[in-house]
Amino acid sequence: MDGGAVTLLPLPNYPRTVIRLRGFLTVAVRYTAVTNRPYVSRSMTTVPTERITPPATAPEPKRRWRLGGWRLLRGPNPADRLYRVVLTGLALVLPLLLVVLVAELTVSAWPAVRRFGPAFLWTSVWDPVAEVYGAAPMIFGTLASSLLALLIAVPLALGTAIFLTEFAPGWLRRPVAFLVELLAAIPSVVYGLWGIFVLIPFLRSYVVPPLKAALGWTPFFSGVFYGNSLLAGGIILAIMIVPYIAAVGREVLQAVPSSQREAAVGMGATRWEAVWTVIVPYGRAGLIGAVILGLGRALGETMAVTMLIGNRHDIGLSVLQPAYTMAAAIANEFTEATTDLYLAALFEVGLVLFVITVTVNALARLLIWRVARGTAVGSRAL
Amino acid sequence: MSARRLRRRVASALMTGLVGILSFVAVLALVLILGDLMAKGASSLDWSFFTKNPVPAGETGGGVANAIVGTGIIVGLAALIGLPVGIGTGLYLAEYGAGRLGWLVRFVADVLNGTPSIVIGIFAWTWLVKPMGHFSALAGGVALAVLMVPMVARTTEEMVRLVPHSLREAALALGYPHWRTSLRIVARTALSGIVTGCLVAVARIAGETAPLLFTALGNLNFSTSVTQPMQTLSLQIYVYATGPFDEWHRLAWAAALVLMGLVLVLSLLARWATRQRYGAR
Amino acid sequence: MAPADGRVVLETARLTALFHRRAVVKEVSLLFPSHTVTAIIGPSGCGKSTFLRCLNRMHELSEGGWVTGRVLLDGADIYESGVDPVQVRRRVGMVFQRPTPFPTMSVHDNVAAGLRVNGRMSRADVEAAVERALRQAALWDEVKDRLHASAIALSGGQQQRLCIARAIAPAPDVLLLDEPTASLDPAGTQRIEELCHELKRSYTIAIVTHNLQQAGRVSDYTAFFYLGELIEVGRTEDLFTKPKVERTEEYLTGRFG
Repeated sequence: MDGGAVTLLPLPNYPRTVIRLRGFLTVAVRYTAVTNRPYVSRSMTTVPTERITPPATAPEPKRRWRLGGWRLLRGPNPADRLYRVVLTGLALVLPLLLVVLVAELTVSAWPAVRRFGPAFLWTSVWDPVAEVYGAAPMIFGTLASSLLALLIAVPLALGTAIFLTEFAPGWLRRPVAFLVELLAAIPSVVYGLWGIFVLIPFLRSYVVPPLKAALGWTPFFSGVFYGNSLLAGGIILAIMIVPYIAAVGREVLQAVPSSQREAAVGMGATRWEAVWTVIVPYGRAGLIGAVILGLGRALGETMAVTMLIGNRHDIGLSVLQPAYTMAAAIANEFTEATTDLYLAALFEVGLVLFVITVTVNALARLLIWRVARGTAVGSRAL
Repeated sequence: MSARRLRRRVASALMTGLVGILSFVAVLALVLILGDLMAKGASSLDWSFFTKNPVPAGETGGGVANAIVGTGIIVGLAALIGLPVGIGTGLYLAEYGAGRLGWLVRFVADVLNGTPSIVIGIFAWTWLVKPMGHFSALAGGVALAVLMVPMVARTTEEMVRLVPHSLREAALALGYPHWRTSLRIVARTALSGIVTGCLVAVARIAGETAPLLFTALGNLNFSTSVTQPMQTLSLQIYVYATGPFDEWHRLAWAAALVLMGLVLVLSLLARWATRQRYGAR
Repeated sequence: MAPADGRVVLETARLTALFHRRAVVKEVSLLFPSHTVTAIIGPSGCGKSTFLRCLNRMHELSEGGWVTGRVLLDGADIYESGVDPVQVRRRVGMVFQRPTPFPTMSVHDNVAAGLRVNGRMSRADVEAAVERALRQAALWDEVKDRLHASAIALSGGQQQRLCIARAIAPAPDVLLLDEPTASLDPAGTQRIEELCHELKRSYTIAIVTHNLQQAGRVSDYTAFFYLGELIEVGRTEDLFTKPKVERTEEYLTGRFG
């Protein structure tokens, strides 16, 4: 270490041409010549700054892509690039799949679309022999069974959600929540099995007679009950969608800030009033989203419905009568479709079902997202 | 206490009771279903049930051996195809998914999650059954894989996102290249969460029937060939439950109990894996 | 290792660190002589941590981060095009404010993590390096019986020393410490400060700290940053007792920051 004070030499004056040429080499040579000798300064001073800025060593990040910090790190490392390429390739499978799915549905359905046009949606005739197909009964049955399911499921599911978030004591919460979620794990065909051998006899013996006695004069409960009916299908659908509505409803209600709760109680509201007049309205959009999500699930449900609904191409107001849904029709008739047009008609039914379900689900997600931005609410309700 | 206030308190208590009852009804449904499964199915579970194949219609006895094996093969096939794609997509979304492609992939995953499984079934039929000329377990596996990928992708993304950024930085500062931090450090930390997501997805598709109706079709005989139709528990239950014979109905309950048991075991396994997790939460 | 030999291991030349268009570190030229501890002090938000992160090319990992100027490691500019940042980071180690042991790995594997990335080493070499690093980090005695236990079972102070051991196991040229004792209790803080004195025999250290007393205790040289600029730098005792710039004096006497 040398004893005297050593001052750093000032940086050389870069000529403008050097900067314009972005001549690293020149700068490097000049600067290295200045500093490349071993020394230590006992007092170091700052280098006087000058007007001239040295050339940038890191490229200005491209503004085209959203800057994602380390995500943008491409690096000269080939392994990094390979990794990113592989992951991107895998990720592209999904969009590709969707495009192919939609294209395939449309192409396969095209003969029927061209033949029947929009009348397909409101024609009631479904005659494979005469090759006339109309999906109105199926569309009606799908909507009717789903709405009936919602009527039953919404009070059950929202009641459960409210109970679990607001009223249930801690020790009760987890077991009950677990049990309700378990409902979602039961396979559809098992629901159908239970429906045929337990639910329908139960309805026939204990539920329908009183209903008919009380409300048999209304168009909703007219006719003879044979078992397989819109009612049975609606009830089983209701049980199936309760866990989805309840799960999302719970998350929505839990996302309500506790300050709201406290404010309501602080104003003298009873527990129920706090819930009903403050918390539920706060999460209203999300709860509606949850309900619509349940609707989306119900629309697409196949096995349990086809086992219970009677599978008859008929439009009727009575819930005691058999009906048909789009999914059930495809399930039943796809392997029996003898002609190309028959098959195309079924594909068209599938296309209509797809469009309706996707729209309903998109609406649900929009509502849920608006209530709970950024959190994972709703993503578990798969 | 004023009358009005009393009325409000009573109303509150009543409504509390009401929502409690509603929850009770929901749980009751579950209990009834599981209870009936046990009651009606347990008595039929014997050794021959698990080891024999179905007998011709009308006869008694027989088992679901082909269906159990078939479920295993088709679910295994679906997992083989669906899990890598799903996990890879999830990793992509977590690592690079801030841009437009990421948004698109998430949107598509949501759309596919909401698609009825029967639509996926006819899609698989067009692409795999029609060209091949016959039904096959492979087609069934692919259909189930298509169902699995969006589920697994979303849960993987969520789990990887939970890993704190500081962990990534620590690894990068050590001189780990980016791909290695992503795999060895980040994904490894989120691993139990990812596995949970996979198990949940597998449990879901194990019970699926609709997409298999026109892909795997079902098979009355024992078959392990991937290019031939194959039976699964869910298909077996459907055929037996909707059939005319009492014997079939009895077997359907037993098969449903087995299927439900399988799904429950997988779900509980998934929950157990979550409990083992440390560091990420 | 050789004592301070007057060699400059790391230096910056008019380093400017920016986020998008905003410069957070402005034209800083600073030398880090070998086998010394240089403390970087200054009020919050004055760019100390950002400056440190530029030294091992971590700044560009932040959203919108980029750099102009040069950082010379043994005379070679680490920001030159074609330089692999991964290689840079293997030669310049960093320890962060909060201890971040890898949760799925044992103590031994944590320390060995940096070694494994650098290429194949025989099992014996890895074991030896792990032991050496743990001894240097003053953690060996406490963990030698549970090398294969989970790393997150250690206490906060132990975890931070583990992170130091992890950073020094690959024998970097320079060790950067970003407020390493900020989340520790006084006992843990003291141990790490003692560690710095030991470590500087083998490594060159740059430490960012909020704590003036710590800077005084630990470092040979101190650099004072304010609003992204290097205001003054010099030997610690000189800077603390006879600061040349008024602003430095104001900060040291607590008039702001």
